[in-house]
Amino acid sequence: MGMAMYSDKVMEHFMNPRNVGEIEDADGIGEVGNPVCGDMMTFYIKVDDQGRLSDVKYKTFGCGAAIAVSSMISEMAKGKTLEEALKITREDVAQELGGLPKNKMHCSNLGADALHKAIQDYLERRKKGGESHGR
Amino acid sequence: MREVYLDNYAAHPLPEEVREAMLPFLSEAFGNPSSLHRWGDRAREAVEEARQKVASLVNGDPEGLIFTSCGTEANNLAIKGLFQGQRKKGNHLVVSAVEHFSVLNPARTLEKQGAEVTVVPVDGSGKVDLEALEESLREDTVLVSIMAANGEVGTVQPLREIAHLVKGRDILLHTDAVAAASSIPLDVEELGVDAVTLSSDLLYGPKGAGALWVRRGVRLIPQLEGGVQEGGRRGGTENVPSIVGMGKAAELARERREERNQFLRELRDHLVEGVIGRLEHVELTGHPTDRLPWNASFVVEFVEGEAMLLLLDSQGIAVSSGSACTSRALKSSHVLNAMGIPPEKAQGSILFSLGLQNTRQDVDYLLEVLPPVVERLRSMSPLYDKFLKERG
Repeated sequence: MGMAMYSDKVMEHFMNPRNVGEIEDADGIGEVGNPVCGDMMTFYIKVDDQGRLSDVKYKTFGCGAAIAVSSMISEMAKGKTLEEALKITREDVAQELGGLPKNKMHCSNLGADALHKAIQDYLERRKKGGESHGR
Repeated sequence: MREVYLDNYAAHPLPEEVREAMLPFLSEAFGNPSSLHRWGDRAREAVEEARQKVASLVNGDPEGLIFTSCGTEANNLAIKGLFQGQRKKGNHLVVSAVEHFSVLNPARTLEKQGAEVTVVPVDGSGKVDLEALEESLREDTVLVSIMAANGEVGTVQPLREIAHLVKGRDILLHTDAVAAASSIPLDVEELGVDAVTLSSDLLYGPKGAGALWVRRGVRLIPQLEGGVQEGGRRGGTENVPSIVGMGKAAELARERREERNQFLRELRDHLVEGVIGRLEHVELTGHPTDRLPWNASFVVEFVEGEAMLLLLDSQGIAVSSGSACTSRALKSSHVLNAMGIPPEKAQGSILFSLGLQNTRQDVDYLLEVLPPVVERLRSMSPLYDKFLKERG
């Protein structure tokens, strides 16, 4: 198969993306868009009693790298505490994927931002709604 | 796995006759056309024969034809060489917004060096705005360069009308006919065009040859300086095998144009009808009727072109896209932008370019594979979600 620009791991995640979808009653939602090209990612999270990410799903409009990044970060974040998940960087995701083409490092690598935004959204909702919110 | 190549705008397979014509020049006929011995004679005669054939594709005088290494080099030579040759007359140059980068970028370079450049807009179908073109012409305009047809969206420009506006004003008219030349008859005498760019590979010839035809008496400043090859207008030893191949390809293009066009048009119409009939929220880009017979370009909403391209490739189908993600510069196609297509819609660009080797079965295979590919990407697209929710 073609597309030698992508690592095998990127292609594998692109062809078989994990955790795609929407969480109807998500605890947090994070949306990021790339204003230049119009790429967009929306992340949905569920947080359990232990403060861990029990579920992470996403919808992504973008190139092969954008889809692979979303898939990879969903796998990396699942089961992690919020604190741990907030520490995942763009570079971590790229590294786990066996690298990304140079020109895609910034434009397609929005997964970490979207995940962090979803966590922020969760934290803000909890602040507003008090302890009773959501669960 | 079945393999279907629908990216003929990027490269073509070489027809057998063209390959055959080239072969001696890759083996025993290896001479340099500038040499005075018999090896040189054979190579020179072959290049001159090719010159005749390529020039007659546009009904031009063979003396005016300069072989280059590719279409890009010929466009560079035309824009810079013609402009610099007319500098004493004026300092203004006009191009259209949908020209190839090998026209736009040299124009930008001239601008940085002090030239004044007007970029004429196009309408939603990609046709040059003739009123804006007329308004752009000034006393000091020396060169207008408008392509004969755009390979990315297929739109054919009204060259006759353009020539009519430009002529009688002492302005040179250049046309980049790289995408058009295999399909559209061009007659430089009838049209009154002063210079034409051609490329071998889009004529079903090999890579490595292009040509610029220039009307006799028009001053042209060489851009590749060296020996006195090509009448002193382009230095460098000629790429004899590719030039011979280009000559053969031009001959075949002229002889077989009508039958090829008809064949490609039928396949293209089958493809366009199939895509429009099987997919929702998809638009043909470019002009609906005034378009190159091999071009079927679309924007598919809510999905991104590179992702479509990769999934199609995984099923053996080769296509291209003008989306930002597929370009190395990460900018969506300037052609789609110039036609007023917004960036997120241009992200769904997909181009099917048909070739002589394609069959109806190839198109049927594409029509079977494409809808699930699009459906799959839409099912993970937040933009499609939004659309569905807004529609209710």
